[in-house]
Amino acid sequence: MAMGYRYGMWDPFDELERLQHDINRMFSTWPRSWRDTPPIRLYASNDELILIGEVPGVSPEDISVSVVGTTLTLSVKRAGYEPKEGESYHRRERETGQTARTVELPYHVEADKVEARVRRGMLQVRLPRAEAEKPRSIEVKTA
Amino acid sequence: MATERRELQTQPEGQPVRRMERTRTRRVFTPKVDILETGDAVQVTADMPGVDEQSVHVTLEKNVLTLEGTVDWKEPGSHELLYSEYEVGDFYRAFTLSEAVDQNRIEAKVRNGVLTLTLPKAEPAKARQIQVQAG
Repeated sequence: MAMGYRYGMWDPFDELERLQHDINRMFSTWPRSWRDTPPIRLYASNDELILIGEVPGVSPEDISVSVVGTTLTLSVKRAGYEPKEGESYHRRERETGQTARTVELPYHVEADKVEARVRRGMLQVRLPRAEAEKPRSIEVKTA
Repeated sequence: MATERRELQTQPEGQPVRRMERTRTRRVFTPKVDILETGDAVQVTADMPGVDEQSVHVTLEKNVLTLEGTVDWKEPGSHELLYSEYEVGDFYRAFTLSEAVDQNRIEAKVRNGVLTLTLPKAEPAKARQIQVQAG
């Protein structure tokens, strides 16, 4: 590949752009600490929390979600494939095994109404707020 | 000087596939892959959470195998994002294949956000009997 050439003409920015592209790619696969597996996002509204997790290649029966108080525990298992005789890995980057992590929720939730589903390798957990903790507006009267 | 100009003109044709600028300004990630060589095939498995078979494109051009996945994510309507450990974006990764892969029989499957490609190894050229004629 001819460095510095774009569309057959010498371009001074071509090498810089390639460098930037390569560095972006390097950082996009920055290793994460074990505590951050699987990676999650937590959204909140006044009535509901939504937890999203990236769980590619994991079936619903290998995911367990439980809530105690304001602590949510998420555990995920993904089996790895061990090569047989005559097989070998050229590259093995995908993580396998079992991980468990806890997430502190900002408020209590109705444990019976928690719903979790997996789609396209993304886990979505909806946690409605506990009735007792919903803010109630108080009418102010004149004395 | 004349030879230099000729070289410049032929270069675009001879250049290997180069990553063109995308029209969408989305973050692009390099998916993690496993490459496993079995007895009769090479299996490439790529983690692309958020994609399904409609949003994945696998192309093969001049021995370069390109995997692309787009993720269609809508932020929950009236919820505030409290905490985030990942960014949403598309996926891209390209590999150069060797001659040993039978490019016509490549299979691709997507399940649970994981793309699995099976690249069968090319059959070695069969030995041919050559008839010997008299004369």
